[in-house]
Amino acid sequence: MPELPWRLERRPEPSKVMRVAAPLIAAAAMLVTGFVIFAVLGKEPVNALTVFFVEPLTSVYGWGELLLKATPLALCALGLAIGFRANVWNIGAEGQLTLGAICGGGVALFFGVKLGALALPVILVAGIAGGAAWAAIPAYLRTRFNTSEILVSLMLVYIAQLLLAYLLHGAWRDPEGFNFPQSKAFDDNTILPTLLDGQRATWAFPLMLLLAALSWGFSSRLFAGYRMLVSGQAPAAAAYAGFNERRNVWLALLLSGGAAGLAGVCEVVGPIGRLQADISPGYGFAAIIVAFVGRLHPLGIVLAALLMSLLYLGGESVQLGLQLPAAVTGLFQGLLLFYLLAADLFVNFRFRWQHVAVA
Amino acid sequence: MNAEFLIAIITGTVVAATPLIYAALGELVAERSGVLNLGVEGMMLVGALAAFAVSVSTGSLVLGYLAAVCAGMLMALIFAVLTVSLQTNQVATGLALTLFGLGLSAFMGRKFLGLPIAGIHALPLPGLRDIPIAGPLLFRFDPAVYGSILLYFIIDRVLTRTRIGLILRAVGESPSIAHALGQPVIQTRYLAVLFGGATSGIAGAYLSTAMTPMWVEGLSAGRGWIALALVVFATWKPLRVLLGAYLFGGVTILQLHAQGFGLSVPSEILSMLPYVATIVVLVVICRDSKTIRLNQPASLGKSFHPDV
Repeated sequence: MPELPWRLERRPEPSKVMRVAAPLIAAAAMLVTGFVIFAVLGKEPVNALTVFFVEPLTSVYGWGELLLKATPLALCALGLAIGFRANVWNIGAEGQLTLGAICGGGVALFFGVKLGALALPVILVAGIAGGAAWAAIPAYLRTRFNTSEILVSLMLVYIAQLLLAYLLHGAWRDPEGFNFPQSKAFDDNTILPTLLDGQRATWAFPLMLLLAALSWGFSSRLFAGYRMLVSGQAPAAAAYAGFNERRNVWLALLLSGGAAGLAGVCEVVGPIGRLQADISPGYGFAAIIVAFVGRLHPLGIVLAALLMSLLYLGGESVQLGLQLPAAVTGLFQGLLLFYLLAADLFVNFRFRWQHVAVA
Repeated sequence: MNAEFLIAIITGTVVAATPLIYAALGELVAERSGVLNLGVEGMMLVGALAAFAVSVSTGSLVLGYLAAVCAGMLMALIFAVLTVSLQTNQVATGLALTLFGLGLSAFMGRKFLGLPIAGIHALPLPGLRDIPIAGPLLFRFDPAVYGSILLYFIIDRVLTRTRIGLILRAVGESPSIAHALGQPVIQTRYLAVLFGGATSGIAGAYLSTAMTPMWVEGLSAGRGWIALALVVFATWKPLRVLLGAYLFGGVTILQLHAQGFGLSVPSEILSMLPYVATIVVLVVICRDSKTIRLNQPASLGKSFHPDV
């Protein structure tokens, strides 16, 4: 390795300032990169960034969309963070979200009218159960057969999406839907009410905030949360203390699966109003980024979800306003996580300048 | 069932296995150096787009494959800088690489949606191709298929019979001891990760120019992840990567031909097969934790910093 004019040096203690500053640095670096990307694409960068980040928020409807898209992102991320803290890597939230939508949507479709006023609670619980059941598969395989939950949960994403497609092409298809792969629209009593007229955000948003508070309580006030934290940061200490690793894996996957399932069902009985083939533009995957950008902390996750939601809105906005592909959202998402991971280096390390002897 | 149909199934299996072989062998090399790169899917997608875009624009598949190799290596370079030099968490960074690759390829690929491409041509080996049965079965593939077998022989040989391979394995088993013995841990890991990027790029190129000669978003459909599972299935041994890839190729092709056998299973259910098979195979291999402990590179997934 050639001698560099600086070297990395471990800080005596992790920097608390950097832990909070890193996401902000990452967001700033993402903006700068966005500036460059737009300039390279021949769009006036300041204007393009305005269209991307400001224009979506110039109406009540726009703010509603911000909360609407932040809700599933935050729900999934809150669950994932519980696992990530304990070194349990559920990356299949997208699949658990899909199963939540299938189970909750199935109840809405077939029992919606019969359940009457009870419909919504039952549907939400069915969604949570569906997501948790889907996450139970990697939990069982990891605790029983030592199988990587990363790969299993990811494979289950594809299986879940195919299962949804199967149902929508077959038994659950709307007979009057012109052969579109979608179910018939849900009945009114099964639809989550919106927060305000003139926008689409539903009561799922305050529900998400409540769950964020609960998850904060779980990880900072309950012994179960503490056990999981220790298992993640010091597995040897956790083993010595007799903390049960299996229980952590189960807990992390069931909680994150349930949260993702709730996110899925809130989408289909919320803004979508029926089951259809595409119910999520990758919320379950973007939630991984949200969890990290939010420092695996509930408050941070809610803020990061709002930022990520804005990235989705910005993508749609530049597609309409500047004829750029909405896929620019995915690009920004990936960049944000890269920058965050790089900035995180300075939590534990610092650069020390040194004189290099010229050979 | 006639011989021609059987030959079609077997050759189809080989073709379906080829991208998995490239991606999994590259990942195997990276993992043997101790670096777990979960970004295979992202590198494949970017490689697939690069190959497609360059092939369509220049009309040259060779340039297309070169572009795919460069694109895959550039993606791997980002990963290596972050994980090897800046010591970020390998799992998180790999996920980021996949998400970034998905976004980048979808974004850049807009112009190329729906364009036709000539695709890679078979390269029947002269003389051998006319042998009855064995000719069509073994000697009428495209160059990338022969290349994948060659790559297996090279990697197997280098890992077990050369000094470079020994250093690579030493770095993967115990970076601190390798470092103390004066071996270049950081460079080795960089090269291994870049190699993985190059082969993932080729795997992607094969998808977009040979298997399905076109570009669509998310073209790889989880094959990068299946390649990762294959490395575990292979217990980090190249020969078993080869066998595993053919097994998966077979599952994929049988699923395509299932309707031909008169099975009336809905296509969505059949499409689940490769993913279900991946899970089943992982369970079978990982059930015995001793096998994994004995074969998995000891430092897999752990950062290395010379001062620490």
